[in-house]
Amino acid sequence: MPIHITAPLTAEIIENLKAGDAVLLSGTIYTARDAAHKRMYEACLAGKALPFDITNQVIYYVGPTPAKDNQVIGSAGPTTSERMDKYTPTLLDLGLKGMIGKGYRSDEVKSSIKNNRAIYFAAIGGSAALIAQCIKRVEVVAYEDLGTEAIRKLEVENMPLIVINDATGQDYYELGVAAFREAEEIN
Amino acid sequence: MRVIHYRDIVSKVADMCQSANYDLGEDVIEAFQNAKQTEKSDTGKMIINQLLDNAALATKNRVPMCQDTGVAVFIVELGQDCHIVDGSLIDAINEGVAQGYQTGFLRSSIINHPLTRQKTEMYNAPAVVHIEIVPGDQLVLHMSAKGGGAENMSTLKMLKPSDGLEGVKQFILETVKVAGPNACPPLVVGIGIGGNFERCAYLAKKSLFRPIGVRSQLSDIAQLEEELIKEINRLGIGPQGMGGSTTALDVKIEIEPCHIAALPVAVNLNCHASRHKEAVL
Repeated sequence: MPIHITAPLTAEIIENLKAGDAVLLSGTIYTARDAAHKRMYEACLAGKALPFDITNQVIYYVGPTPAKDNQVIGSAGPTTSERMDKYTPTLLDLGLKGMIGKGYRSDEVKSSIKNNRAIYFAAIGGSAALIAQCIKRVEVVAYEDLGTEAIRKLEVENMPLIVINDATGQDYYELGVAAFREAEEIN
Repeated sequence: MRVIHYRDIVSKVADMCQSANYDLGEDVIEAFQNAKQTEKSDTGKMIINQLLDNAALATKNRVPMCQDTGVAVFIVELGQDCHIVDGSLIDAINEGVAQGYQTGFLRSSIINHPLTRQKTEMYNAPAVVHIEIVPGDQLVLHMSAKGGGAENMSTLKMLKPSDGLEGVKQFILETVKVAGPNACPPLVVGIGIGGNFERCAYLAKKSLFRPIGVRSQLSDIAQLEEELIKEINRLGIGPQGMGGSTTALDVKIEIEPCHIAALPVAVNLNCHASRHKEAVL
């Protein structure tokens, strides 16, 4: 059974999750992908404030399609996370606690996740129409000129995710494949 | 000489772009249905079910199945007895893409300059267009909405002839392994072998336009496709890279003659949202 959790995250929520857990996330999260990360990172380097307080927040790596008139948001599945790796440790050091995307993280990001007691979730890549239905409210909060890459504040309900990298340093991409190979006796 | 009007190409292209993004092909749906039966991992099964639900929802609500609505890639078979009037073929395709993507609420993902990252003026255009001149008076358009995640994990290597078939297989398996979850498995793996540097990449892309389940007409290549499907699925990467027996829905190979010194191999990965449409004008 999936575990229900809420965002912003608390230390208690994070410590109770382990790699491979299926969760349903509700609450407030923020979107940011390549261009928004670059700007946030440059703001950090210049000693400027970030456009929102990222303490305990979750960032979702997504660039949604435009919403039709009757929609809150267009299709909104995860993009590949590794393109954000360069910027991620800086954000984690500033208090970011969770990330949603798909795909491998670098060793540097994985150790930063562990050191900062943070967490990385995967959403199912390519299930963007389904995921959009979990998004109940959308507000552009920064970098509106970036269009699909602007930072949006989302209210989500029961967004289905899987824990990939937990706060203890475990990695479900490694564990899941290794467990399957062992069960199938693949050498 | 048969006359084909610019405006007819524009409207056909616009329709194809929308349909490709809303309606997952029957071949992919069928491959998912089969994988649902054969997948050995429970997480893998759950993911395949979620992808089937997603595809049904996208079709029903006329919304894109994936937020990455892709680069519009075309392979055009232009009959040499066609005469296109009122404008150029390339302009018509680009206008059709811009129109289809914008009015269909698809995402514009194209930037005009890879280094400055400056936005393009046309919505999600220009498209990538490959033209093959063929006999006859028909214009056949093959369109693909190619996502960025899987494209980013694609590879090309100029192998040595002495690397042989084993070297080719190893390079393909390594590409799929390194891509892992990033390319959104289950994948369709498109492979080009031979030609030269740029033809090889084109062959890999072209192979992806062949529907899932349709084997190469060359019997040795068809056999190699089947071997690679088995070997890739034995990697255990599984749906979304979380472990499982469905890593590739299919493997496609196209070959061409090449130089005595060469053995080029290109691997163009396609995510499970393998979106292809065809239209005849």
